[in-house]
Amino acid sequence: MEIKVLKDILSANDQIAQKNRALLENKQVFTINIMSSPGAGKTSLILETIRKLKNKVSMGVIEGDISSTIDAEKVKREKVPVLQINTGGECHLEAVMVNRALDNLPLDDIGLLFIENVGNLVCPGEFKLGEDRKVLILSVPEGDDKIYKYPLLFHLADAVVINKIDLLPYTKFDLEGFSLALKGINQKARLFQVSCTTHEGIEDWTDWVLSSMQRRKRTSRKKS
Amino acid sequence: MSSRAAGALCYHLGLAMHELAVTQSMLDLVLEEANKTGSGKVQKINLVFGELSGVVGDCVQFYFEFLSKGTPAEGASISFKKIPTQARCRECGEVFTPEEFDWACPQCHRVGVEITAGKELYVESIEVE
Repeated sequence: MEIKVLKDILSANDQIAQKNRALLENKQVFTINIMSSPGAGKTSLILETIRKLKNKVSMGVIEGDISSTIDAEKVKREKVPVLQINTGGECHLEAVMVNRALDNLPLDDIGLLFIENVGNLVCPGEFKLGEDRKVLILSVPEGDDKIYKYPLLFHLADAVVINKIDLLPYTKFDLEGFSLALKGINQKARLFQVSCTTHEGIEDWTDWVLSSMQRRKRTSRKKS
Repeated sequence: MSSRAAGALCYHLGLAMHELAVTQSMLDLVLEEANKTGSGKVQKINLVFGELSGVVGDCVQFYFEFLSKGTPAEGASISFKKIPTQARCRECGEVFTPEEFDWACPQCHRVGVEITAGKELYVESIEVE
């Protein structure tokens, strides 16, 4: 006997993501899910943002890694509440992991929350966490062809940050070609060019973070 | 073996990983649906996945074999229906399958598409005894 099902496999994850979203909206926490391959600069961008915005907004960080607390230690030094999730093998964060982490963060004192996903350009795409924005980092040494090899994440991102632009003179990375390809696959994504080493472009990025927060606040006020 | 232990093992073996979570969710969904109808053994799962979902069928099959052990879905076969990526040009409306390194419209050569297929990941139906 055949039984029609027609149900999304990840609907259980999506439901928990919606719960996270409702909790974060209720606590007025603006949440950014940061994704990239390993070593592209997720932690570096978070640290740069903390240093730039710490007098303007209170922040918190959820660190996702397969193992270790190296990244969480770095964030802790900036005196920002941080919670490390060790996935123990899983290559991405899931909504339920974030749900548990949210229980252990002082959400009343956080206005801007970064969720640093596990370094991976494929798997995190499928799993909603309850975030307001998805941000994808691509670093110059990885090459401009990654958008063709891993189109889903580039398609889903609200913003794409090209990091390590100080290395552009030493590579064949084609910024113009990349930007055109991004427009092709994702018209809404903002593109930022930064170097977490020289701090170039960081202000453009943090301005976008702040204005996105403001815009969210205005829309949620309208709703209520 | 617990799914967490299986995850750790497969990570060390260098196997693709998000299929583990996908397979576990698929199995949960299948068992729930089979249970609803009060049926016994699950014989077949008809799975639909888009090219862009990044799901590798062989990995799903591999994880399914041990995740389903001892459940009514043990031994079920999985049919994989893969949906190719399909895009619609925002300018001229042309519907096309993007080439590997080219997302520009083959008709008007502009860039800027809507993805109309390729992101699917769902259980279409199950076959039970």
